[in-house]
Amino acid sequence: MIKLEKRPMPSRTLSVATPLIAVAITMIAGGLLFSALGKNPFEAIRTIFWDPIFGEFAFYYRPQLLVKGAPLVLIAIGLSLGFKAGIWNIGAEGQYIIGSLCGAAVGLAFYPFDSFVVFPLMILAGALGGWAWAMIPALLKVKFGTNEILVSLMLVYVAEQLLASMSLGLLRNPEGHGFPGSRNFNDYPAGTSWINEAAGLHWGMVFAFIAVIFAYILLNRHILGFNIRLTGEAPRAARFSGVSPTRLILFCLGTSGALAGLAGLFEVSGPGGQVSIDFNVGYGFTAIIVAFLGRLHPVGILLAGLLMALTYIGGEIAQGNLGLPSAAIQVFQGMLLFFLLALDLLTNYRVRFAVKGAA
Amino acid sequence: MMSDTGPLLSISGLTKAYPGVVANDTVSFDIGQSEVHALLGENGAGKSTLVKMIYGLVKPDSGTMTWKGQPFTPAEPKAARAAGVAMVFQHFSLFDALNVAENVALGMEDPPPMRDLARKIRQVSETYGLPLDPNRTVGDLSAGERQRVEIIRCLLQDPKLLIMDEPTSVLTPQEVEILFETLNKLKAEGTSILYISHKLEEIRTLCDHATILRLGKNVGECVPAETSARDMAEMMVGDTLQTPTRSTEKAGDVVLDVSGLSLEPANPFGTTLKNIHFTVRGGEILGLGGVAGNGQDELLAALSGETPTWPDAIKVKGSEVGNLGPSARRRLGILAAPEERLGHAAAPDMSLTENALLTGAIREELTSNGFVNWSGTTSFAENIIKSFDVRTPGTHVAARALSGGNLQKFVIGREVLQRPEVLIVNQPTWGVDAAAAAAIRQSLLDLAAGGAAIVVISQDLDELMEISDRFGALNEGRLSDIRPAAGLTIDEIGLMMGGAHGMEAAHIGAEGTPA
Repeated sequence: MIKLEKRPMPSRTLSVATPLIAVAITMIAGGLLFSALGKNPFEAIRTIFWDPIFGEFAFYYRPQLLVKGAPLVLIAIGLSLGFKAGIWNIGAEGQYIIGSLCGAAVGLAFYPFDSFVVFPLMILAGALGGWAWAMIPALLKVKFGTNEILVSLMLVYVAEQLLASMSLGLLRNPEGHGFPGSRNFNDYPAGTSWINEAAGLHWGMVFAFIAVIFAYILLNRHILGFNIRLTGEAPRAARFSGVSPTRLILFCLGTSGALAGLAGLFEVSGPGGQVSIDFNVGYGFTAIIVAFLGRLHPVGILLAGLLMALTYIGGEIAQGNLGLPSAAIQVFQGMLLFFLLALDLLTNYRVRFAVKGAA
Repeated sequence: MMSDTGPLLSISGLTKAYPGVVANDTVSFDIGQSEVHALLGENGAGKSTLVKMIYGLVKPDSGTMTWKGQPFTPAEPKAARAAGVAMVFQHFSLFDALNVAENVALGMEDPPPMRDLARKIRQVSETYGLPLDPNRTVGDLSAGERQRVEIIRCLLQDPKLLIMDEPTSVLTPQEVEILFETLNKLKAEGTSILYISHKLEEIRTLCDHATILRLGKNVGECVPAETSARDMAEMMVGDTLQTPTRSTEKAGDVVLDVSGLSLEPANPFGTTLKNIHFTVRGGEILGLGGVAGNGQDELLAALSGETPTWPDAIKVKGSEVGNLGPSARRRLGILAAPEERLGHAAAPDMSLTENALLTGAIREELTSNGFVNWSGTTSFAENIIKSFDVRTPGTHVAARALSGGNLQKFVIGREVLQRPEVLIVNQPTWGVDAAAAAAIRQSLLDLAAGGAAIVVISQDLDELMEISDRFGALNEGRLSDIRPAAGLTIDEIGLMMGGAHGMEAAHIGAEGTPA
């Protein structure tokens, strides 16, 4: 009989080790899945995890890793603050879209004005857009006690409609011969987020690193970070300590919204290039996985973001080269979160194999 | 027929070990037919584990039990109940939103139709002097009435052995008297009772025989009526007891002034505070008694600032603080320690250092520009651990890894060391062993001697009589008149607490009068 026994203290070693074990088990289970699909499991796993970094075309894929990883990390850092406090922003995708729309709108309004002030203004607008979109569930929760999970999620679909309407209407490229989509920011040097496109470097990566450092200091050195952790671990103790739940909700949702908005802005003005109907590709949702995969720890999120980007890129290669269905890749990514959450149990519980019948 | 001469239940060499602790170590004793047997011991002595083995909730590692001469190995509570064992737990398992009969039905193997059940409940409640209306919603019942639901649920099974775990901790003195009459009636009818308590006077009046447990071992037996309470206490603790000493300083000026405090509860089954008035002078301890659930938690929340009220409802040294939050009140020297240690007074999974920061950040100046001074916080935590003799490997240990008594010392120490001008504590020694309880009470007396105004909310009347200068009682969110503690009789205290809940005509009449 298997018994679970609560540990007196959470295991430190295991909280670091479980993500690695989860990755290993995912590889095994994924290998079985791929072989059930008639593919060579070793080749598939190698294609996903090895080829993008060390393979023949790694020179092309490595920068891609950062391009895909940066928005994931930036969004996940913001989400992790709320998640730590038990405030569940599920609508980062929507905040990402609104951030990209606001930032792009400011940039397009200045077009073709060439000045160094344009891009900082776009950044500001992007962050404000994401922040404002996240303030809707925040204020509704604070004022009326609505559930932020539902409201923020529903607002994703509203944002998607807004995105479609903008790329067909207000923000459409006037010189685009009636095709949907805005001007391309890659043709507007003052408004692009690329630092060096050939090397795959854009400002989003810089901001992602800054966000990681900022979150680390906030959580470990600042009383606000302490209050966030306290609220998540013991809400009544937090109230007793003097933490205002209202302020914390506004801060956490606002910050995660602003960071998601920034990610959207950097994407639209760089790798994405333009506002278009299918601009969003689910970074806001994947970032939820990244946040948990990184154990809501800033450095963990940085590594998890890169790992997730790796499975994205590796998954694309595997689809192209091995003919794996894209659904199989999504199942593979899902397995990663599943195993991680399942193994999470081990940090707080010890598994005992008890012999039955000893009375 | 069974012979009436042998013991009902004979326990021999029962042992149960959990990882890191032996809860019961070769415990043996007998419970006779129609005997009231006391199981006496401090928290953690192994009383609960022992009764759980009798009730079939826990399996012993070794040892045997004999029930009327037959081997007795209940695999689950169902088997124990079938044999005739019934148990009233310390923490009730009742659904607030259901009525009494429905709650009773939920605990039965095959409940009769509701109408028959209601009739049976009335019948049993009248026979044993436990007034209870089967149609009332449990959420509206007092703690004493809830206990009656549990007892009646047991009596409907016609038990041979009734186990009662700390039954009087939630009762007023008058309700205790009613309970004892019921238990004596049961005994007269041939039911044996295993009575678990650490209240020695009760055991002396009620029980025929007592077994004393310490650290999982049977350390002695006695006939309570022939043994002094002090002797039993020292057997329990295994040491001589220190009685707290108090100085007889004159009280200073009024520090805390609460007037017209009324407050709606946050949840539907909370208690509404109704027009509460009291003052506390510097150097004085005000003891507030009352049965649990009569507004204690709500009053602490209002005083600590967790639920802000009108500005003028609470004044400290003349300035209005009723609308301030906990942080602002701490800045003014108003500190509090809630009853619930894990999850309210302390965050279970956080370290002692982090828990020291939880309330110490402001008065100990542990932050600058919002940045936490962790080394300062650690030394504050170390200071608490040293001054209050908290037994722990270090400040990095999670709060939940500490025993109840040690964590309570930490929680009280954390507030006392911040030099409060006003300190409000709820159940300061709940679940704490006698030595630690004495140390905590002494620290409160010392703090008062230093000029602080202290409010102690507690359900332990002995504790309140020992340390308070003046006494009041909470009953359904109202506060009785405050009277000097010296010279109060137990009957007077009981009446201040509202007498026997649900039995006194005057009490029911008071329901309708405006606050």
